[in-house]
Order: sequence, then C-alpha cells, then structure tokens
Amino acid sequence: MAPPRSACGASPPGGASPDTKGPVDLSCLASGRASGRGAACKARQRTGQAGSAAAAWLGALAIMLVGNALAAPVIERATKGDRCVEDVASMRRNHMRFLEHQRDATVHGGIRGAKHSLKGCIDCHASKTTGSVAQAPTDFCVSCHAYAAVKIDCFDCHATRPAKGAAP
Amino acid sequence: MSRRGFLGVAAAGLAGVVLAPGVRLIEVAQAASEGTPGAGASAKVRWGMLIDTTKCASGCTDCVTACNTENGLDPRTTRTSSQWIRKIEIKEIRTGRQASVPVMCQHCASPPCVDVCPTGASFKRADGIVLVDRHTCIGCRYCMMACPYKARSFVHEPLADQKPEVPRGKGCVESCTLCVHRIDHAADRSKVTTACAEACTKAGHGAIVFGDLNDPDSEISRRVRAVRSTQLRADLGLGTGVRYEGL
Repeated sequence: MAPPRSACGASPPGGASPDTKGPVDLSCLASGRASGRGAACKARQRTGQAGSAAAAWLGALAIMLVGNALAAPVIERATKGDRCVEDVASMRRNHMRFLEHQRDATVHGGIRGAKHSLKGCIDCHASKTTGSVAQAPTDFCVSCHAYAAVKIDCFDCHATRPAKGAAP
Repeated sequence: MSRRGFLGVAAAGLAGVVLAPGVRLIEVAQAASEGTPGAGASAKVRWGMLIDTTKCASGCTDCVTACNTENGLDPRTTRTSSQWIRKIEIKEIRTGRQASVPVMCQHCASPPCVDVCPTGASFKRADGIVLVDRHTCIGCRYCMMACPYKARSFVHEPLADQKPEVPRGKGCVESCTLCVHRIDHAADRSKVTTACAEACTKAGHGAIVFGDLNDPDSEISRRVRAVRSTQLRADLGLGTGVRYEGL
C-alpha cells in the first residue's frame, strides 16, 4: 500500500509525505468518513495533476482564508521510548485494526500485555501537560480524530490516562 | 493435486492467515509469549469461590468496599448504582437463625445470561469466568432479567476516571469479573486472589476462598472435598463456580 500523499494541505502536490518532519495532513486517510472533505481533497488532487500549479496554490490560499478548520493536528511526541510498536505509516493507517484485533484476544481469550494494547498507547502518548490522550483538543488521540472527523467512543469506557504510579 | 501437496498448501494458507494488515495469528501468539503477557484463559482451569457463611460477619462490608475500590465503582448505593457484590442478610423465620451472605455473579457453567444475550456480548471464558464484552453489549438488559441471582447491573450515567484495568461505561451491563485482570496478569496463578477474598482474609474473617476448582491441590478444592457446600438455587442446575458453606 502506497503511503498517503499529503496533496491536499497547504503544501504543493507531491510534497511532504507523512514520514517527514513537516506538518502532517491526515484528511485523506479519513476520506471514507469525512466525505465532504474527502471529495474536496480528490478535487484538489485532480487540479494539481492537471499541471496548473498556480490553480493549486490559489486553492490552497482560498482554504487558508476560509478559516483555521484545516489547521494540521497537533501531534505531541510520545513521552516514553524512541519508537512505536509499528512503523509510523503503518500505525497511522492501521492502528484501529491492530486495536480491534487485539481487544478480542484480550477480552475473550484473556491474553493481556501483547503489543497492540490501548493501554500501551495511553502509557506513551498521554500528554505531558494534561496527562491524558483525550482531555484537551491538542491531546494525542482527539487531535487527529477531530481533524479527520472520526468520532471514537473508546474513552466512554477506557481510561484516558495511565494508571497512577505508572512511570510518566 | 496429490493429498500431500494439498495439505502443504492448506497448511501454508493457515499459517499466513492475515487477521489485520500485518498481523497474523502466529504473531499474536508470539507477542503474547514475550515478556509479561499472560498465556490467556485455559480450559484446564475452573475458577471458583467458596464462601463460608458461618465466618462472614453480619454488618461487615469489607468485601464490597474492596470490590468498589479495585474496579472503580461508586461506593454510594443508589437506585441506579452498580453493585458487583452485595451483602444479603438472611433469616430462617422458623428457627430465627440468621446469616450474612455476600452474593455476586456465580459464574455458572451454564449461564442463563449467555443463553439470552442477543449479540454474544455475554460470554463464558474458557476458564469459567462469565463476562460482558462491552464492545458488543447493546444494553438491552435481557441478561439482567435472566440472572436468578440479580448479579448484573446496568450503567445508567456517563462515567469518568475509570481504572485503566477495568474499562466500564454508560449503556452497558456489567457484573463481577472474578478480578479477571488480576488473574490474567498473575505470574503465579496458584497464588492469585480476588479483591473481595483478599479483603476478607485481611479483616481476619477468611470467609472467602478463591481458587481453581480443577486443581486437586488448591485450597478451594481441598475445602469443597472436606466440607458440605451448596450452590445457590442448585435446583436450576446452573453449575455455579461460587459455592456456599453453612447455609
């Protein structure tokens, strides 16, 4: 699977990929759910492919003028470790599948502590300031999900912060 | 294709079953065997409890408090609050004999709650623990009506500050889990115990014994061999994992 192109943000088509340090645009990932934005994204891609760079830039400018709704999500660095349980691109696209798969092994099979656990996410990605992954709008989980218009109900039941006494 | 060839292809296909992109069953199993992850629920084990009602003190609620603390339940008893374990005072009218009995999910071998669940959310683990999968629970509460022990509660209000080990939330039914997170994380499962049993022993009553009913050397097995114990509503033939002594 090809990595998602960051073709619908403020950068020109074929610009920064999610692996680079620049601002990350995840709206294409969520095109299935956020149909309006997804359609706009595709439309803009077509414009870019037509070769009219000026049109693309004008489009980008127009989006920036519309408001800050498309501001890139804040992705706070993990507080622990230097790498995730999978590579970044794989996590961005598939974290929900990893979690969903392991949750059944945990709830029904009683296998705890395998690497794709939601608790594992929270232990590393809880914000340094709020101590949570879903309290402030800039916290790790809600930041991207708000941007991609994906409503998750994980935190209706699951704790959003590491257990008390766990290493920060 | 020869029989051997067919089997070889079938085996290769099974080994490569892709569960999620990049995840195969074999990797989950390997991940589970690395470091601390537990081996999971085993059908060789049958978790159970023996409650000695002659030792259970009237008015003592240490087991209830311990359960609330362990699982992050609201300690206040309101009309809608969750109660995973309750203290019941019983009295035989004829003789006047009284007893105090903690009642929780009895972890039936043939659980009625599992029979009636329309979504499969209510299920029995391989080791006999009856649980609710909240990911699948739609909150219909059929299981609450089916349970002869009134062991289940429905969460009516939004919750906050749940325990990381015990996720729970509005719209789902829940009940005693036999402290399943303790069991799954335990390095030595012969020493694992529940919060209620631990609190009862600590309070000096020792009325609750938790253990593996399938292990002939466990304390609970020795006790149920030696003393007469009964199941609540034994007439229903549910094969409860929780047994009572002195009723």
